[in-house]
Amino acid sequence: MTRVSASAFWSYWMRNPWQLAMLLAGLALSTALWSGVQAINAEARASYASAADVLDAGDVARVLKSDGSSFTVEDYVALRRLGWLVSPVLEGETELDGHRFRIVGIEPLTFPAALPERLQEGDGLVDMVGARPVVLAHPDDVTLLTLTDMQVRADRTRPRGNLLMDIAAADRLLASQGEIRRLLLNPQKPINQKPLPRDFRVARTDVQADVARLTQSFHLNLTAFGLLSFAVGIFIVYGAVGLAFEQRRSMFRTLRALGISLRTLVIMLALELSVFAGLAGLAGVGLGYVIAAALLPDVAATLRGLYGADVAGQLQLRTSWWLSGMAMAFGGTAVAACAAIYKLARMPVLSFNHPRAMRIGTSRAARGLAITAVGLFALGIGIQTVASGLLAGFALLACLLVGAAFALPWLLDRALCLAQGQSRSALVQWFWADSRQQLPGLSMALMALLLAMAANIGVSTMVSSFRLTFTDYLDQRLSSEIYLSATTTEEAQEITAFLRDRVDAILPIMSAQSRVGGLPAEVYGIIDHSTYRTNWPLIDAEPDVWDALAAGDGALVNEQLARRQGWTLGDTLPSGDRLLGIYSDYGNAVGQIILSADVFVQRYPEADRLRFGLRTNAAAEITEALNTAFDLNEDQVVNQSELKAFSLQVFERTFAVTGALNILTLSVAGLAIFISLLTLATMRLPQLAPVWALGLTRAALSRLELLRAICLAAMTTALALPVGLILAWVLLAIVNVEAFGWRLPMYVFPIDYMRLTVLALIAALLAALWPAIRLARTDTQSLLKVFSNER
Amino acid sequence: MLLQVSNLAKSYGSAGTAVEVLRDVNLSLAAAETLALEGESGSGKSTILHLVAGLDKTSGGSIILDGAELAKMRDAERAALRRSTVGIIFQQFNLIPSLTARANIDFHAKLGGRHDPDWAQLLAERIGLAEHLDKYPEALSGGQQQRVAIARTLAARPKLILADEPTGNLDEETADNVLKLMLESAEQAGAAVLMVTHSPRQAARMSRRMVLSRGVLRERSETATE
Repeated sequence: MTRVSASAFWSYWMRNPWQLAMLLAGLALSTALWSGVQAINAEARASYASAADVLDAGDVARVLKSDGSSFTVEDYVALRRLGWLVSPVLEGETELDGHRFRIVGIEPLTFPAALPERLQEGDGLVDMVGARPVVLAHPDDVTLLTLTDMQVRADRTRPRGNLLMDIAAADRLLASQGEIRRLLLNPQKPINQKPLPRDFRVARTDVQADVARLTQSFHLNLTAFGLLSFAVGIFIVYGAVGLAFEQRRSMFRTLRALGISLRTLVIMLALELSVFAGLAGLAGVGLGYVIAAALLPDVAATLRGLYGADVAGQLQLRTSWWLSGMAMAFGGTAVAACAAIYKLARMPVLSFNHPRAMRIGTSRAARGLAITAVGLFALGIGIQTVASGLLAGFALLACLLVGAAFALPWLLDRALCLAQGQSRSALVQWFWADSRQQLPGLSMALMALLLAMAANIGVSTMVSSFRLTFTDYLDQRLSSEIYLSATTTEEAQEITAFLRDRVDAILPIMSAQSRVGGLPAEVYGIIDHSTYRTNWPLIDAEPDVWDALAAGDGALVNEQLARRQGWTLGDTLPSGDRLLGIYSDYGNAVGQIILSADVFVQRYPEADRLRFGLRTNAAAEITEALNTAFDLNEDQVVNQSELKAFSLQVFERTFAVTGALNILTLSVAGLAIFISLLTLATMRLPQLAPVWALGLTRAALSRLELLRAICLAAMTTALALPVGLILAWVLLAIVNVEAFGWRLPMYVFPIDYMRLTVLALIAALLAALWPAIRLARTDTQSLLKVFSNER
Repeated sequence: MLLQVSNLAKSYGSAGTAVEVLRDVNLSLAAAETLALEGESGSGKSTILHLVAGLDKTSGGSIILDGAELAKMRDAERAALRRSTVGIIFQQFNLIPSLTARANIDFHAKLGGRHDPDWAQLLAERIGLAEHLDKYPEALSGGQQQRVAIARTLAARPKLILADEPTGNLDEETADNVLKLMLESAEQAGAAVLMVTHSPRQAARMSRRMVLSRGVLRERSETATE
């Protein structure tokens, strides 16, 4: 009996392959987007853990490459020759005794911190680099390893699956496939040390130690986008499952009439969906790996540029995200299918199946969804009123987006009803009435389009607002025409003496590391100069802020630090300084405090005073004169425009990932419309044949089908615009403040929205094109069959 | 002559496997004349109706409707002819499910640009559905739906009504009423009726009867008794 019933179940999908494709594609794509993002997050977190693991050994700073790439042996040699006491860390993955291990190789002679205790046992260094070098492994891993040519020692401080050894042994195990992922920096500084080449920069230990914490917001943002993409995909699955249920209503009724119990039917439906979830989940996780591999280099560069976090540019296969991807596929299918299973469980044997009757049923459902939407909006506002924090911000976003999607079918139904009521021509009246009849089949795809469009509008508004503000901000912050670095204090003094009569002003850049509220912070000292008074991007300040700062009466702090600590003007900082002003400091994850130069020198007498900003109207001449007089290399004299270009480059890469996810989400929505229209096309003939018989050509009908898709997409886009703008506001005013600590002004970009609307309409047109062409080419016999008794 | 069908042939399929449905069919119909087409299932009765309505293309012969040769017309011209000259009533799937009964009645007349609200209202009253005009098709019984379909056809004032077993789905009493209504209204509107039917009882109510057998149409001479 079960086999016979299963064949009846399966026969439906054989006759409706497009619907099956829609279901599987929706599920696979949503799983792919979700697991892709999770793969990126997992990789980044694993990198932080691995980094912390080595660096926790001591107070170790490190050198990073500005473009985020790995180091070559030549880089290492070049830095050593410039007087930078760096020590390489080789990393890679390999399979040993049937298990995958992450190999970390250190260079014990130059390692700039105390070596792990277990490495120092026995003959210490001799053992480590000897004929049978020492390998440190977690106790659980020791039993898995049978390395005869190495001494494996158990070390509880090692993470599982991570082996620490000498760099030569690591290179041997990795068969030279490893890469120098880190160059650890010895705190000792040789006298003849040359400036660091511009391709490199130093990351301090205290910043690195908090990398996981600092990047938490970034990963939460990524997760939220992954979840949004997943939700868009699940809307497609919900639509496909719902449609399949409605179309199989008569089959279910027949099967029940033939003696198959309701329980058996429900179990079979659940089993059928589980098989689909398994297949699509596997495909989705595989596709997610491809997406993650494509996006990871940009994410890694962003994390390095913004947070100085070191993330491997290569993706590893991790069991956790395979499982998480599959769990999401099964969970998503369960959520999408619960309505269909519930309806099946409650379906009377003598239920009727008629297009308009179905529309009425769905119309009621649309009203129910609209009421739920109002509830969700209220819930979102309620959460925001009583709670704060990033999660509350995301809860508001979720309520807003899901609420808007839920409200869409009812709003479209009302709009179409209004249009129908306003129409006089029979054809136009029918057009709107027929569009209303198509809504149940299309509403899920349109919901997906609404979500994708709203996310696109919201995120593009946020990024464009950010870009506009950031460009202005860079003009204010980077107001010196030249930035100069000396290698020694003596050289700095010579240069300043040389420049004194040649430039309008020499602005010393003095900085030191500190900690505020348990997190790293930078302290700067500045002199009193009109450059700051005129240009500094103050958000809030006391009336005589610059005079008070110059007199050493207080400090300025950046916006993110003020928000994080809840400081307002006039507050006393932990250092005892009064808060005189707060300034915007976009793109910086670290707190910043500005003191007067005198106070700074008193508090941090050991801090370097090697960097300067120069104010001049003759930047080119001054640069040339400096190079001639002091033989400075190009890394020591940096033009303002180069710095701005670099900052903007970091900024653009920061949002490259969200941009890519947005495009993917919009593509998923476009695909949803295409497959929905294709699925509906097979059900359309009985609705269209009477109109054809009454005097409309197939070509005219297919043109109307195209017009209908465009109209519905246009209406959806019109609704997506306000949703997207509210989303942008929430992102800028709530999520960004919570995630990054800064609030940006919001701008609107009508031309961008028009471009996006045109893109959505073109997507809808393309999605509707093939079904419309098929209709135009439908042979008359198929249409006539609609009227024949044999049908 | 309103309709002149000469040597009409229709076959389906390609050359080697072609199935001949109609051959050498001839019929004519004058304005306001009523003609019943009888014959066993699958004999090609509905095919004649489809060809006359321009819904399908002939394989041979000619159909001249209201002075126009259908074979020479393009798809758009045949569609225009259906809007202006022909009214079609099918056994089922007649009404547009997304429109109310009133909108269904008005639909064809409006499409053809011949909508007369008074005439449509009068028809609605005559078919006894004045109180149900705001209902959607699924809320009407089979008989009521078919009456709406008849009203829709008559509201467009076609010169020729093509009816394909219009009462095939109805019980005998309802079928009689619906047919009576259709014929009276057609007479009043001056429309000719070409009706396919299985029922000798209904065929007898038409002014002429023809029988289609094995693709060949012939006049039925004897008069059927009710």
